[in-house]
Amino acid sequence: MTDAAVMPRRTSWQRVRGGKMLPVLSVLCAIVVIWYAAAVWMNATWTLDQAARAGTEPTFAEIVADTMVQKRPLLPAPHQVAATLWDQTIEQKVTSKRSLVFHGWITLQATILGFVTGAVLGVAVAVGIVHSRTMDLSVMPWAVISQTIPIVALAPMIIVLSNAVGIDGRTVPKTIISAYLSYFPVLVSMVKGLRSPGAAQRDLLKTYNASGMQTFFKLRLPASLPYFFAAMKVAVAASLIGAIVGELPTGAIQGLGARMLIGSQFGEPLIMWAALFAAAILAGVLVIAVGLLERLALRLMGQPGQGGAR
Amino acid sequence: MTDAPVIEAKSLDLTFQTGDGPVQALSDINLSIARGEFVSFIGPSGCGKTTFLRCVAALEAPTGGTLTVNGMTPDKARQSRAYGYVFQAAGLYPWRTIAGNVKLPLEIMGYSGAEQEDRVRKVLELVELSGFGKKYPWQLSGGMQQRASIARALAFDADILLMDEPFGALDEIVRDSLNEELLKLWARTQKTCLFVTHSIPEAVYLSTKIVVMSPRPGRIADIIDSPLPAERPLDIRDSQIFIETAHRVREGLRAGHGDAA
Repeated sequence: MTDAAVMPRRTSWQRVRGGKMLPVLSVLCAIVVIWYAAAVWMNATWTLDQAARAGTEPTFAEIVADTMVQKRPLLPAPHQVAATLWDQTIEQKVTSKRSLVFHGWITLQATILGFVTGAVLGVAVAVGIVHSRTMDLSVMPWAVISQTIPIVALAPMIIVLSNAVGIDGRTVPKTIISAYLSYFPVLVSMVKGLRSPGAAQRDLLKTYNASGMQTFFKLRLPASLPYFFAAMKVAVAASLIGAIVGELPTGAIQGLGARMLIGSQFGEPLIMWAALFAAAILAGVLVIAVGLLERLALRLMGQPGQGGAR
Repeated sequence: MTDAPVIEAKSLDLTFQTGDGPVQALSDINLSIARGEFVSFIGPSGCGKTTFLRCVAALEAPTGGTLTVNGMTPDKARQSRAYGYVFQAAGLYPWRTIAGNVKLPLEIMGYSGAEQEDRVRKVLELVELSGFGKKYPWQLSGGMQQRASIARALAFDADILLMDEPFGALDEIVRDSLNEELLKLWARTQKTCLFVTHSIPEAVYLSTKIVVMSPRPGRIADIIDSPLPAERPLDIRDSQIFIETAHRVREGLRAGHGDAA
């Protein structure tokens, strides 16, 4: 039957029974329950107001039922968000302005561009900082200061400035904002990663009379890879936030950020929440993609743990 | 072969400037090591045995006296890749296979691909790790990892092998067998070995010359030319001559401590 030798891989059901999925599912259930309770609580005001105006007094069951189906709820119930999300993705043509796939693609483009720019910039500056004491002292403080400026204050300026220098469209300013948010975690992690080899390992290369370049490519770079991938996960999520923030200032009509803004400005909370969840799902997919890349890279480098060889 | 010493130290001094003021790590070290010798450095922590090895490797710069390696300054010797250094921790790169790790110095020194393969195969055979080339370090035991690190130091054919407590972190059973292998290796390769250790039996078993050191300041307390025969099975450690030599080392260590107190 289910002999261990015949079935060495555990099915997902076995994992559920093994207890790994149970805590995950419990937390998920708790969130949904709290969400429903909050929806009832927050949307009840509207229901009671309407009832008062009509001169009726609803029962508790009627209140609960009404809070689940409002057209413009303060807090939409989970199933409402799910329905809207379904309607705006699966049920639309992907080229439609009402499709979140369309808007998601717009945001994704700026995210990927910003992510790549930010990652390249972060790694490049980190390499400079690790090799030059002067750069460490002169650049690092500015990198830290750059992150203390709220991006929502900076984003409109970047958009106005890039328009002023004659750049059409929003892709470039969005890429800049996205890169601005994503370079920093990469920079910080890579500085740490490139410095991670200890004195003994550097001494070893010194005994071989290795050059600075050789030390970099044979020791520092491979040693920094785990740090690199940890940073990539943070950076890809930050890039997405950057791209969305770049879509928030007035004028944008495309992208998940624009959908969120439209939803909130036109009093369509369901549109806003659907866009919000689309963004969260996109972020999740991006992080998982980076995670898979990490697994692949670490497996090629023979690292145990992390899903490599057992 | 010439009779000129491979390593020669004359009134060598090294003082570290630390936050608590200067610390004299080496004081008036006079030592001459001939080609093919196996020299152990033994003494308590802080006696400067590792520091001396690092001076030979040009990883530390002496503040006084002279030190020559193959007739050159240590730094020149390092640049001409005169020695292989084995550190206390194997320090293998986890992202490289065993063969990849042994290949590391060869890549840096610019050996051709075919030559690299050839040398890796030979030295892995020498340390009895043939067939483990494709394994990653974490798949090997501590003793095997340290053997791989010795192979790495041997790969580029330096005549001097510097070993800083290479077996210090291993258990005694593994250590015994590695000591026996190291002696065979030394006999086969005819390299000049400098070996830092905490263990009296290890020093006596391996060496043709034992340098007993004492701390504060780090100095040589005694230099013992081993009376043991070249052929040394493990059970030589029960012989009278072995016990006498070990006793003399112990006396030297005790005298060194007495001076310091």
